[in-house]
Amino acid sequence: MIETRGLRKSFRSRAGRETKTVDAVRGVNLEVAEGEIFGFLGPNGAGKTTTLRMLATLIEPDGGEATIAGADLRKDPAEVRRRIGYVAQGGSTWDESTAREELVLHARLYGIGKADAHRRATRALDAFQLSEYADRKCKTYSGGQRRRVEIALGIIHEPKIVFLDEPTTGLDPQSRAHMWDEIRRLRTEGMTVFITTHYLDEADALCDRIAIMDHGEVVAEGTPAELKREISGEVVLVGLDAATTPHAAELLDTEAYVSKLETADEGGLRLYVDEGATAIPQVLRRLDHAGLELRSIELHRPSLDDVFLTKTGRSLRES
Amino acid sequence: MKLARDTWLIFQRQIQLLLRNPVWVFVGVFQPVMYLLLFAPLLKPALNAPTQAAAYKIFVPGLLVLLAIFGGLFQGFGLIAELRAGVIERSRVTPVSRLALLLGRSLRDVVSLVAQAVIITLLALLFDLRVFIGYLLLAYLMLALIALMTSAVSYGVALKVKSEDALAPLMNTVAQPVLLLSGILLPLTFAPGWLQGVAKWNPFSWSVDGVRALFAGDLSNDKVWQGLTIVAVLAVAGVFWAARQFARSVR
Repeated sequence: MIETRGLRKSFRSRAGRETKTVDAVRGVNLEVAEGEIFGFLGPNGAGKTTTLRMLATLIEPDGGEATIAGADLRKDPAEVRRRIGYVAQGGSTWDESTAREELVLHARLYGIGKADAHRRATRALDAFQLSEYADRKCKTYSGGQRRRVEIALGIIHEPKIVFLDEPTTGLDPQSRAHMWDEIRRLRTEGMTVFITTHYLDEADALCDRIAIMDHGEVVAEGTPAELKREISGEVVLVGLDAATTPHAAELLDTEAYVSKLETADEGGLRLYVDEGATAIPQVLRRLDHAGLELRSIELHRPSLDDVFLTKTGRSLRES
Repeated sequence: MKLARDTWLIFQRQIQLLLRNPVWVFVGVFQPVMYLLLFAPLLKPALNAPTQAAAYKIFVPGLLVLLAIFGGLFQGFGLIAELRAGVIERSRVTPVSRLALLLGRSLRDVVSLVAQAVIITLLALLFDLRVFIGYLLLAYLMLALIALMTSAVSYGVALKVKSEDALAPLMNTVAQPVLLLSGILLPLTFAPGWLQGVAKWNPFSWSVDGVRALFAGDLSNDKVWQGLTIVAVLAVAGVFWAARQFARSVR
């Protein structure tokens, strides 16, 4: 659905008398498949929004190529515009207009006829549970309501791909969960969704695949599970009495699925495995068979923050 | 065809929003009406005009051109608010014509200017101003072209500077000499030679002369077609330049 090769953008900024060139995006290669929710994860200033704005035809790349929904970004941006939807980070509704007016106008800007535009607006208002406020001015809406209007605007022309720039930033937890449901619904309707986020949990819970971006470059790409497995696998913490620990270690060390085994200081074992979910039952069976009593068993999965830390040398929470 | 349709869509929306807040039409008219009521009475003795009506024939055209210049130049503020709300960016991701984004807005400004001009003209009728309707329509055409140009330029500059703080002093700096060098308040026939020479380079002084000639019923005066041609060329250039700003990347 989206394929980019070496997409680049730099900005000139002036600090005092000197002009500095800032390389905001330094050669991004991406492949996004049809029907997936693809997440762009990274700290503020990593170049996520700049990349998104390039893909949405809002700024021209300095170099590189991209094909979006079959249209060439550099040669035919007008066709790209027809096939994509874009929802900006900072909002896009006018205080004095109503949601219905905004939706109808926006549909018509895509060349949709008047009657059809009204039908689509009504349908979108329904789908996003906005019918109740449809004819009130946008300035009276809550943050979550307004964000839903903006998403509805982005997909009013039924694009193949929709770009959402930080769709949940600034929303309260409840509206955020609600927004995640809306985004999943877009995927069910067959749309490819491309979101940017700096929330780890959002990338983890919502996205089928993610690319981690830092300093204008993609430093890692894959499904959240792949990325996490890639760095260290998963860890099964086996709680045992100090007396039985050596025996258990002896038994489990020979198991094929255990790649590494450590004895914890306070007793018990740390097993490094590829996939904790399948390892746990086997551990249980083995220990039970030997008549060893288990105090607890716990699965520790590395977080995306661990991934970010490994790839960039710092924690996303700090940057 | 697409351009006309897109322009109409933008224009419709802008007019709808304007009418929702009609107080601006009156704010726009308030100042010129004050000039008409509180300043114009000084003119008959000052200009040595034979009648009050003759003084109005000189003053009202200038006032209308003033209205067109200022009405247009300060439209950029509204656009900066739209930029900030993300409305412009939202339009720019659609395939809508970039020229239509500008023209729809500028045409709203032209319509609201002509509405104000009509109000002023009707008021001036009460002071015995009489103009042949055909000539009046030609004068309105001149005003419309001026407003089209100034509002387009204002939008273009707004897209470039992106902040009210920069736009306000910039527009004031431009408007001040333009105003003084166009003989709007008093005809430049009173001016010393060097001042007249400088004013020749001000396109608005040509249009003020043109509108005055039309109000005087002097269609054959060269200033009429010269003034119209100059503002028409400038309006096309202004629109072209500003539309390019809409097409460029805008934050």
